Amino acid sequence: MKKITSKGLSPYRKNEIISYGIAIAGFIVITVLDSFGLVSSSLHGQLVPICAYVIMAVSLNLVVGISGELSLGHAGFMSVGAYTGIVASGILGTMDVADPVRFFTAVIAGALMAGIAGFLIGIPVLRLRGDYLAIVTLAFGEIIKNIMNIVYAGIDENGFHISTKADYGLSADGRMLLNGPMGATQVDRISTFFYGFILVMVTLYVVQNILNSRQGRAIMACRDNRIAAESIGLNVTKNKLMAFTVSSALAGMGGVLFGLNYSTLLPVKFNFNTSILILVFVVLGGLGNIWGSMIAATVLTILPEALRQFADYRMLVYAVVLIVVMIATYNPAIRSRVSAFAEKYLRRKKTGAAPSEGGGD
Amino acid sequence: MRFRFSRNKKRYSEDIVQGPIYDTYENYDESKPSIDYAVLPEREKEARPILKTRGVGIDFGGLTAVDEFTITVGPTEIAGIIGPNGAGKTTIFNLLTKVYQPTRGTFFFDGQDTRGLNTAKMSELGVARTFQNIRLFDRLTVEENVKAAMHRDLNYGLLSCLIHGPKYRKQEKDAHEKALQLLSIFDMQDMADYKAGSLPYGAQRRLEIVRALATEPKLLLLDEPAAGMNPSETAELMNNIRKIRDTFHIAIILIEHDMSLVMNVCEDIAVLNFGRVIAKGTPKEIQANPAVIEAYLGRKKEAK
Repeated sequence: MKKITSKGLSPYRKNEIISYGIAIAGFIVITVLDSFGLVSSSLHGQLVPICAYVIMAVSLNLVVGISGELSLGHAGFMSVGAYTGIVASGILGTMDVADPVRFFTAVIAGALMAGIAGFLIGIPVLRLRGDYLAIVTLAFGEIIKNIMNIVYAGIDENGFHISTKADYGLSADGRMLLNGPMGATQVDRISTFFYGFILVMVTLYVVQNILNSRQGRAIMACRDNRIAAESIGLNVTKNKLMAFTVSSALAGMGGVLFGLNYSTLLPVKFNFNTSILILVFVVLGGLGNIWGSMIAATVLTILPEALRQFADYRMLVYAVVLIVVMIATYNPAIRSRVSAFAEKYLRRKKTGAAPSEGGGD
Repeated sequence: MRFRFSRNKKRYSEDIVQGPIYDTYENYDESKPSIDYAVLPEREKEARPILKTRGVGIDFGGLTAVDEFTITVGPTEIAGIIGPNGAGKTTIFNLLTKVYQPTRGTFFFDGQDTRGLNTAKMSELGVARTFQNIRLFDRLTVEENVKAAMHRDLNYGLLSCLIHGPKYRKQEKDAHEKALQLLSIFDMQDMADYKAGSLPYGAQRRLEIVRALATEPKLLLLDEPAAGMNPSETAELMNNIRKIRDTFHIAIILIEHDMSLVMNVCEDIAVLNFGRVIAKGTPKEIQANPAVIEAYLGRKKEAK
């Protein structure tokens, strides 16, 4: 038997509080430390990417953990968001607009475009299942990356130009926004840690509110048992498509945050490796476990930098840490130790709190 | 560590062998309906039957799994389908819920022809079922399993779901109360917060019935509801089946191997062998039918 939650506090509510708590606590701690000048410059530079990766991990968890479909093209939606955001921010940059307005307009544009891309790709892809779906999402991720490779965009006194050719008639004093394989250049770096924190909260709010609603139950029902879900009248493809679209839109949001943090951004940044990296966050944090994804994304983003002192052996140590954590998290012996420990010292519930299997699979 | 989808896929292929898709109903001739020895209870004689199957059959490749399946079920009748293993009983449930489309014939649900409808649509019309090998939403709680089946009842949109507005709160509150009420049929309201996958076997079977009822069906299909239950649990189930019929005024068809349950609860029984109905009648008639005794009950007696 798994744990009975105390009255009035559903398991979702509890997890929601934990995730919001982690996000808010993280923000406050970093802000306070920063005001005392205790945050190292390398960590300071990583704050926005951490927020972006947390958003990516939480949104991918909606597809992989909650909807139960393996998607290997999440970085594709991130790039759609990033470049849309860069273009939107570039256009607004020529006007006299305050930074917050500029940033959040870019976020909305990026989320919208990525959502549309997710919807269009989801229609054919979500008719597939399992390995086939994974392979096709991988392909679409690469296709998006390659499309971004040939997009040129700029803005000058004649207005906005977009083309697939390098020679698209941008006047000499125009401003180049996207430069094909060279990616975005001269981006105004308007992302801040505070904006990142707000977007993380928005992502958590959206994903967790979906979880605890009829739509969320339908998505999880389709994951747990497709045939039974159909027998109670759920449209499996429709529900999976909804999860996929929302997840893509959130990924686009993360992409905007990420894209507006660097002055140059190559399309190659959003290749297969990035998709896998995000998937690692999700799997390590536990499928379906929102706050697990947040922690995994944070730790695994900081880790490679923190391991700089190992110089050449950096990625080796990274891999070893990854393997150890995976083994430790899924080892029943270690798990029962931990939960026994937790029960002994953190005994809070009166009703039979048996060792739980915890988070995801 | 494993990904969920591979498990789903395996489960899916276990008992649903996808045959070729047939151009269905071509062979169904309205003018030559197959003979139906409907045995409706006295009170149902005048009412419009909830289910009328006419010459339903399905082939998987060269194998005829079900043939000439013609029965009529009254709106509040409890009917039973019995037969030896592999007789095609579960296939009939899969046909009635449109998991398979029939190769021949058709059936009318509540007076409506069901040609070309899919599983979700059948659920909307009012067919709900349980499964022989339990199919719960393991990682959802008991209450969520029931609420998932109320999906159609709740009609707030995605926006309402994202902001958890007043419409959301009202409907979720109603759904919560209704779910607990349904669970109380089987005294399961205390288990509402357990994960469905962690329930004991008997409770999982009962939860499947509750989940089916939550879709507000007019016809409930129970696939071996007493499987794995001890005699006292079976006796309780018997009462509950009658209770469900009397409270919700719905028709129930059940597949069962437990003869005490079938003979006690069912008002009308069809005996299936090799995909064909070999006998139909009241429990008394069935028990006295030589064909049935030979095909089914007789063999069982010898074994004892």
